[in-house]
Amino acid sequence: MQDTLTNKIFDVDEVRKDFPILSREIEGKPLVYLDNAATSQKPESVINAISDYYSNFNANIHRGVYSISIKASEAYENAKIKVKEFINAGSEREIVFTRGATEAINLIAYSYGLENVNAGDEIIISEMEHHANIVPWQVLCEKKNAVLKVIPVNNNGELLIDEYKKLLSEKTKIVAVCQISNTLGTINPVKEIVRLAKEKNKDIAVVIDGAQAIHHTNVDVREMGADFYVFSSHKMYGPMGIGVLYGRAELLEAMPPYQTGGDMISSVSFKGTTYNDIPMKFEAGTPNVEGAVGLTAAIDYINAIGFDDIHRQETELLEYATEQLDLIKGLRIIGTAKEKTGVISFVVEGLNALDIGILLDTNGVAVRTGQHCTEPLMERFGIPGTVRVSFAFYNTKAEIDVFINALKKTIEILK
Amino acid sequence: MEKTILEIEDEIVDEFSFFESWQDKYEYIIELGKKLKGYPEDKQTSDYKVKGCQSSVWLVTDDEEGRIIFKADSDSTIVKGLIALLIRVLNDRTPDEILDAKLEFIAKTGLQQHLAQTRANGLAAMIKQMKMYALAYKAKQLN
Repeated sequence: MQDTLTNKIFDVDEVRKDFPILSREIEGKPLVYLDNAATSQKPESVINAISDYYSNFNANIHRGVYSISIKASEAYENAKIKVKEFINAGSEREIVFTRGATEAINLIAYSYGLENVNAGDEIIISEMEHHANIVPWQVLCEKKNAVLKVIPVNNNGELLIDEYKKLLSEKTKIVAVCQISNTLGTINPVKEIVRLAKEKNKDIAVVIDGAQAIHHTNVDVREMGADFYVFSSHKMYGPMGIGVLYGRAELLEAMPPYQTGGDMISSVSFKGTTYNDIPMKFEAGTPNVEGAVGLTAAIDYINAIGFDDIHRQETELLEYATEQLDLIKGLRIIGTAKEKTGVISFVVEGLNALDIGILLDTNGVAVRTGQHCTEPLMERFGIPGTVRVSFAFYNTKAEIDVFINALKKTIEILK
Repeated sequence: MEKTILEIEDEIVDEFSFFESWQDKYEYIIELGKKLKGYPEDKQTSDYKVKGCQSSVWLVTDDEEGRIIFKADSDSTIVKGLIALLIRVLNDRTPDEILDAKLEFIAKTGLQQHLAQTRANGLAAMIKQMKMYALAYKAKQLN
């Protein structure tokens, strides 16, 4: 159980001490935070990094010639290098900082999509996608008279790869799929999805939404072969307001800018304006430097723990919780894929998800209820919504026990 | 003599003050929700739906001699309980009384902070709908 980087033995109780919010109480009861798929909690090192930035070297970047501006610029550029290494991208030129995964997908749809998708072309997404990976493509299809095709999901919440193969055609221009489902926890075979697309036509652009994967598993974008990969800092123990669009340099270079203004230009005159090189071409305006600083600290934190231990802990939690939930009469888990991460959606017969969530909160247990921004998926399963618990490596079996007991009590009250 | 809206609101605030924990308050709300009946089954259609993100709320109105009668339902028992409270305050009232009602009991009982009138419970949408019906009836009366 020793982490290779720091030789620290993973001890969840020790790790929890790094997260100030985990010692909070809700109405006298300890906070049991089980909504990590919505956002993660932050370790002290991330909080301090941001505080330190504003206390000691906050300045606008890339233009100042004085020392704190240089330091802030360095921190920003280092963040790009850090991210590049984290996902094994070829170059930091391929790392664009955005507001988050949602903006990243919008950028691709707008900048790559409008340029490359034409009338009659096809875009493939899946039935389990988050609205952020559905709506931008719907809008693109509307604008360009293109066709949206949807890979269906089986009753276990797994993508039907055979159906995907049938959907791939000479007209396919873009394939956009999540690496892990935020509602079902399903881990998709993204390498296979990329391979099949490229086999059909090497020019099909494959977009992988890594929002739910980046903090659960080691991501290697070159090994995956994705053309674009997106994720948000706030789901991986970093601050809100910053995310990453990884795009292969060749593609980013050919893409027109998304937002325009300062920083993304090379020169501006009323006779004509030229654009900056990548990735700056896609970063108009003052960037989220505090976000970059926080994200750097988050990556450092994750690396210090290591994905081996993270994965081991999360797998234990998933197995334990699934076992306990399976024992509750009338409870049905939605999303029973063979390959899953620590996200469990469930419904209880005859009971409303919202009611369950509200009552769990009175026990200090934080879960998510509703459609999880995956309305088409809810429709496919014929349910109005689910209760969702999602784990991080700082959750414990004891917390799952609190959740299960509270859930049983809740069911009694509501029946 | 018939109670005013404010008097009923005070009663509700009083009732809630008896409960110490939010768990108990919600159990009370759930009890009210389970007791709420009388919504016409044939009207549980999209025409009468007030859409919230996570709970569905249905609302029908009628008027009897210038006073508005509300009937409502929801697939969430807690929201039903909140509906029961709203109906207790706003039902069988004149359009003006409904339009003037500030519904401060929602804040005074702590329900506002605890539940937040988010998309989650459709409550805000329902209150808005009830007031809009009152406005519509008032306009009808004036013509």
